[in-house]
Order: sequence, then structure tokens, then C-alpha cells
Amino acid sequence: MDLDALLRCVGTTSCVVTQLTSGMIIGMLLFLIASGVTLIFGVLNVINFAHGSLYMIGAYAAWTFYQLTGSYFVSALGAAVAVGVLGVLFERVLMSKVYGSNVLMQLLVCYAVVLISDDLIKIIWGPVPLSMGMPPEFRLPPVRFMGGVIPPFYIFMILAAMAIGLLLWLVIGRTRFGSIVRAAAINGPMVSALGIRVNLYYAAVFGIGSALAGAAGALAAPVRSLTPGMGFSILIESFIVTVIGGMGSIVGAFAASIIIGLTRSFGSIGFPLFVDGVMFLIMALVLIFKPSGLFGRAHR
Amino acid sequence: MTSRWRDLGLAGLGLVLLLLVPVFGAPPAIRDFIMFGMAYGLLAMSLNLLIGYTGLVSFGHAMFFAAGAYAFGLAMQSGKFSIPGAFVLAIGFTALMALIVGAICVRLNEIYFAFLTLAFQMLFYNIILGWVSFTGGDQGLMGGIPRPKFLGIDLADRTQLYVFCSVAFVVCIAILRQIVTSPFGYTLRMIRDNQERAAFLGINVIMVKLACFVMSACIAAVGGILLTLFVSGAYPNFGFWTTSGEAIFMILLGGSNVFLGPLVGTVILRLLNDITVTYTSHTELVLGIVILILVLGLRKGPLDLLAERWENRRQAKAQAVRDAADKDAQTGRDA
Repeated sequence: MDLDALLRCVGTTSCVVTQLTSGMIIGMLLFLIASGVTLIFGVLNVINFAHGSLYMIGAYAAWTFYQLTGSYFVSALGAAVAVGVLGVLFERVLMSKVYGSNVLMQLLVCYAVVLISDDLIKIIWGPVPLSMGMPPEFRLPPVRFMGGVIPPFYIFMILAAMAIGLLLWLVIGRTRFGSIVRAAAINGPMVSALGIRVNLYYAAVFGIGSALAGAAGALAAPVRSLTPGMGFSILIESFIVTVIGGMGSIVGAFAASIIIGLTRSFGSIGFPLFVDGVMFLIMALVLIFKPSGLFGRAHR
Repeated sequence: MTSRWRDLGLAGLGLVLLLLVPVFGAPPAIRDFIMFGMAYGLLAMSLNLLIGYTGLVSFGHAMFFAAGAYAFGLAMQSGKFSIPGAFVLAIGFTALMALIVGAICVRLNEIYFAFLTLAFQMLFYNIILGWVSFTGGDQGLMGGIPRPKFLGIDLADRTQLYVFCSVAFVVCIAILRQIVTSPFGYTLRMIRDNQERAAFLGINVIMVKLACFVMSACIAAVGGILLTLFVSGAYPNFGFWTTSGEAIFMILLGGSNVFLGPLVGTVILRLLNDITVTYTSHTELVLGIVILILVLGLRKGPLDLLAERWENRRQAKAQAVRDAADKDAQTGRDA
């Protein structure tokens, strides 16, 4: 407990700027993952417990593409596409087989996929943590802003994640594809009775959610170390985000990601041992007072 | 009433069988296998009270396993408690924890429930890892668990420890059996099958679920205590999510609709683990593939499938007997 340090930090703009950006970094990564979880849940009504593995695969894929091409932008795009394709395969081959059955079966399929992908990562890339290093595109002098120092990559990461989020929101809210997806979320059989191949839309939604996780992995690769278990801890946090924001709500995921990101970055100064506890406390309060989440619609 | 006496008789028989193992001088490897099996068996059996009987798919049950283990280990290391005292204390601590976690989780629908229990488990795990001065962090509770004599029982002796664990194990299984055959147990099944109807009949669904959650956590805690006594330490991976995943897998392997199914699953999984470890270091890969084959191929646990076949055959036979009787009656009337 070091609340004095937190107060001292809040008193100086440089510290506030630094902590705000690091909080936003955490928040935006969480947002990309949680929006995938919430999208898949909202449409398919399944929780993808293997979503963290997709994030991990995205990070490792970006690392490999970067070694091959040397261009960060190409490797980030490649990782997102590759993980998206993998997600479609995962949905078609495994998850679609257990839609009708109980949660236990869905849980076991995801558990199996997490075990298999963790071990495959160890076989392909080795158990030792890897690091990508800062790509040359971003080896620029840091931006100074109100006394705080912000690395250029952080700015890119935040803007990229926001752009992806905005695009997702527009696609779901404003296009024909989006309205079919929203209809399928409410009543899949009815949509299919109207002559729309709803299974393709399910696969597409799963693919989009996976690609978001892949993109998050690629964005995290330069600033995080890559380890075979990296997917699981971020999965838990993204669950917390989806609960706080409301299941199925992309706007909610965005708001909750920022709340959790800032809690983590400021909390690590003021109460480093209790950061996890505070996150859970926020979640428990939301569950008690508004079980559907801050932006959730009906409680299911 | 007769079935209750039969169950108690079977429990007594099981205990005698377990106790005969050291009498026949089984090699220590087998005794160790049984002791591990009893600890993890209690974890899986108690989890099935939630999954199989109440329809509450908990993905965080290992946190209570670890809570029992750590509370017992810490109480013993403090030197202020006797073994029975620490035993009761650890169960009480776990019950309190389950009450808090359960009060938040049991109101929610099953998907929320699954991942909130998972999330709380990771919180507990992170506390164990982070609070190094108290729990030893990722090293676990080092330095051994002292085992002072009580009532003339010396648990430092391997055979006496085995007997103590067997008795505790059989008592817990008997308690679980009493729970599932009691009216409370039938209430649990009704909630699993139709929650709304149960509520219409005047059952306080949330309280019943919470009570079940706490009971199940206490039994899991006993499993954790047995493991702590056995390995003389407590380690964070007792409460890691993979331990919960394994417990769920044990239930799938053994079948959730057969009372002792999870126990059979425990034995199968431990054998599977021991076999794969001797051939490859990639046990997780093998385990994952086995799970996928079972879930997507069989759609249910092997034992559940056998039980279902057997039940179908029995019903077909009964139907045949009834048909024959009908026919006889028909011909009797015609005549």
C-alpha cells in the first residue's frame, strides 16, 4: 500500500501522462480481445475460453512474419488474417459441433484447444520467452507532452486499436452484413428461414473475433515478451472487461477496457499488491448492482 | 431406508478393501498412486455434485482444493493447532470463501457462472503467487508440514497416514452419497432439470445452489488437506486453472451420471498421465487430443455411454416382457 506515491503521481502532469498512456495501452489490448469475446458471445451464445490462445498465436505469428519480412505492418496484418482463418477453422471443425450441447462440452473443447495450442507453441517456437524488439518503423524520438514521455509506438497502438474498434462498430451497426449478424444474434433459425446461410455468418463472426485477437497479439508483440502461457492471464482480464461492460456490447467493452487499463496502471503505483483485487471488486460491484453490465441490454 | 444401509455397507466394504492394500504389502508406488487418487478423487467427486447433480458448471473448483491445502498447511506450520484443529479450521476457511464466491456467482446463468468461477480462481491463484511472505509464492509452502501425534495417531508414519487418509476419504464419499440420495439431493436434480419449476414449487433456488456450492467446496478442501498431508507441502498449481480443467475432464472420463463415475475418471486420467509421461514430454498435447476425440466423437463420457446402453437394454427387456404379457392377455380375451 503506497497511496502517498499515488497522490504524488496525480500531482505531477508528467506522471499522469505516462500512467495514462500505459493504462491506455493495457486497455486497448484488452478491448481488442474482449470485443472478440463479446461479439462471439453476443451472436453465437458461446464463451470462447480459447480466445487467449488466439491472442498468443497472433503474437507468435507476428514474430515469425517479422523475422521473414522485416516489415512490422505486413507482419501485423498477416498475423490478424492468419488468426482469423484459424478461427474460422476452429469454429467449423470444433465449436460448431457443440453449439447445441451443454456448457460442459463447450468448455472441454476450449480446454483441449488451449492445452494443444500451448504445447504446439512450445514445440514450434520453444518454451523460452521470445521478444520481438521495437520495429525500425517506430525507432523515433519519443513524443514529449506536458512533461510526460510517450514512445511513438504507444501512440500508434492506441490509434490502431481505436480505428479497429470504430471499424468494427460501423460494420456491425451500419452495414447489411452487420444487420444480418445482429438478426442472427436474436433469432438464428428465423434468419436462416429467410434464405440466409446463417452458418456462414456464424463462421464469419468467429473469424472476425479471432482476427481481433490476432491483431491484439501482433500489437502486443513489440512491447510484451512472448511466452507459451501468455494467453491465459489476458483472457481472464478480458472476461472481467466483458462482464463490466455488458456481454454482447462493443461500446461497453471499450469503456470497461479503459476502466480496467487505468486501474492497472495507476493501481500499480498506489496499491501494487491489490490491483487484481480491485479489478475483481469493480466486477463484483457491477454484478451486484447492474448484473447486465454497464452497457448490457437484457440480463440473460 | 434399506438402500441407506446398503450404501453404508458398501462404504465399509470399500474402506476394508483400501485398508487391505498395505496388509498385502503392495509396493509403495501403488500406495502412492492410491493416495494421489483419493485426493484428486475427492476434488472430482465434489465437483460432480455441482456439475452432474446441480448443473452448475464450475471452472474454478481447484481454488477450494488449494484453499484447504494452504489453510491446513499454514495452520500446521504456525504450530498452534493440532491436526484435527487445523483440519476443522481449513474446512471452515474454505466454507467461508465458498460462501463469498458462491454468493456472487450462483445467481448468474451457467455461462457467466463458468467463467466467473474461473476468474475468482485466478484471483486466488494470483494472491498465492503474490503474497510471497505468507504463502511462499511460486515455491509453495516449503519446509514440510509438521505432523504432531494426536490421540495416539502418528501421521509421520506412512502406514498410519494411509489409514487416516482412507478413512477421511471414505467418510467424505459416504457424506456425498447421503447428500445425493437425500431429499436435498433430489432438489438439486430438479434445479438442474428445470429451475423455474423448482422455484414455482417454493424452493429457494439460490439458497439451495449456494448450500450445494459450499458443501462441495468443503469436500474439495478435504481433498486438498489429504494431498498436503501426503506431499508435506502446498503448491500454487493446486489452485491453477489446469487443475480445475483436469477435474472436469475426470468427470467426463468417468461419467457424470454414475455416482462413482468421477472416481473412475480420476483413476483413468492418472493412469493416462503416467503412461504418456513415460513416452513423451508433451502430455498436454496428448490430453487435448483425447478430450477432443471423446467430446466430438462420443459426445459424452465412456462410462455414461455404457450406463446408457445398459439402461436402454434393461428398458427394452422390460418392454418385451410387457408386450408378451399384453399378448397373453389379448389371446386370453380372444379365447
